Amino acid sequence: MNEMSQGFIQAIKLIVSSDPELWQIVLLSLQVSGIALFVSSTIGIPAGAFLALSRFTGRRLLIVFLYTGMGFPPVVIGLFVYLLLSRSGPLGQIESQLIPRLFTPGAMILAQTIIAFPMVAGFTMAAVLGVDPKIRLQVRALGATRWQTTVATLSEARVGVLVAIVAGFGSIISEVGAVMMVGGNIENKTRVLTTAIVLETRKGAFELAIALGIILLWLTFMANFVMLRLQGRTVDE
Amino acid sequence: MNNPIYQLHNIRQLYRKREVLQVDQLEIYPGEILALVGPSGAGKSTLLRLLNFLEPPSEGRIIFHGTTFRQGKEMPTSLRRRVTTVFQQPYLLNRTVAANVQYGLRLRKNPNSHALVEAALAQVGLDHLAQQRARTLSGGEGQRVALARALVTQPEVLLLDEPTANLDPYNVGMIEKIIAETNREQKTTVVLVTHNVFQAKRLAHRVALMLDGSIIEINDVDTIFESPSDPRTAAFIGGKMVY
Ligand SMILES: Nc1ncnc2c1ncn2[C@@H]1O[C@H](COP(=O)(O)OP(=O)(O)OP(=O)(O)O)[C@@H](O)[C@H]1O
Ligand SMILES: [Mg+2]
Repeated sequence: MNEMSQGFIQAIKLIVSSDPELWQIVLLSLQVSGIALFVSSTIGIPAGAFLALSRFTGRRLLIVFLYTGMGFPPVVIGLFVYLLLSRSGPLGQIESQLIPRLFTPGAMILAQTIIAFPMVAGFTMAAVLGVDPKIRLQVRALGATRWQTTVATLSEARVGVLVAIVAGFGSIISEVGAVMMVGGNIENKTRVLTTAIVLETRKGAFELAIALGIILLWLTFMANFVMLRLQGRTVDE
Repeated sequence: MNNPIYQLHNIRQLYRKREVLQVDQLEIYPGEILALVGPSGAGKSTLLRLLNFLEPPSEGRIIFHGTTFRQGKEMPTSLRRRVTTVFQQPYLLNRTVAANVQYGLRLRKNPNSHALVEAALAQVGLDHLAQQRARTLSGGEGQRVALARALVTQPEVLLLDEPTANLDPYNVGMIEKIIAETNREQKTTVVLVTHNVFQAKRLAHRVALMLDGSIIEINDVDTIFESPSDPRTAAFIGGKMVY
């Protein structure tokens, strides 16, 4: 009990004194998850809208894959990216600037992008499917081209698309297994919030672990808070 | 009469192999108000969707301004934009009233949209609600916004699907007045779907009775009401048709 309250006090001190080691970890976490979220949203939002609005053979199968992806254990995706990038793996053998190396932030970004993508695409699809098809008919009747109709539909689904992005962020910022595997949890290089918490706890350095935990909680809280605020604005107005 | 603006030839519309519309021939003339009356399920809304090029007919063709619309052939956007529909429900976008009315103009990249939106809202008596969220409007207000949103694009053809169903007499009167004025002043061609034969009588130049996907009789309004040639028309007009 004493150890816990001690750790907590020390943790607050670390945060308040803006401990360099702490902030390095926070910054890397935000960079990795931020870039991964950006990439997965750039692909995932159009993909989700496309799946919702178009009809083609194989669409149902793709949707099943997508839903499977949403519930996929991230650690398995970590394993997949690991095998892909390892020395003997299909991508690991290629020497290219575009292909990230294992145990670098690039590898973590790749893994997180794959984890967040089905979240963003799946929630976007659900949001777009929730827009009354009659609205699309009306927009079309007002002279919209196919592209303009899609834009209007996405705009009608904007709250849901926002939820999709926040859900994607939540799924990667708090994920441990995959980043641990492909990032390696190397000090000053690939340690993010979650993996650092694991390591510091094992070392018995509870004050840093607790400080990181507080920040992680705060980040996920803020993400949800922002989402609710925006949601509230579009619903209430 | 003038050259028709629409010519329909041998139109069939099928949904899951069920035929819901068969119109062998129909001409619509510029500047007229044509009322489509008939019981529920007669195919009135389906015909309007075809006239707005929202879906192609399963068979047959529609000639609009000399351009053919049929299965496998899209209508060019510039021609599509001369026609618009006000549906039975207003289907407003989740934006402000003004943004809804402006929508069609933004699609057309009209630079003068602010002044036009103001004028259109004033025409339907809702200029004071411009900044209100559209989804918070009452039924009558919503339907008037939908009408303003259509009128502001200055359509050549205005398709109206029961625009006054479920509205109070005040709103019905206002909407009917605007329809009549727009037709008279802008020479807008109007196709009006209505359950209400009296509304057809008040507004239309010609009336078509639809039953089970077919046009049973089409005639000028006086003939339809005074000496219909089909007994089913007489029954419908007289309110004796059960539907
Ligand atoms: N998308 C669709 N899929 C299957 N059937 C449809 C579809 N749209 C319309 N129908 C059918 O076509 C028939 C004609 O419908 P339509 O909506 O054109 O009738 P209506 O004359 O407008 O009726 P109401 O006065 O009730 O609005 C109906 O039997 C309807 O069930
Ligand atoms: Mg109808």
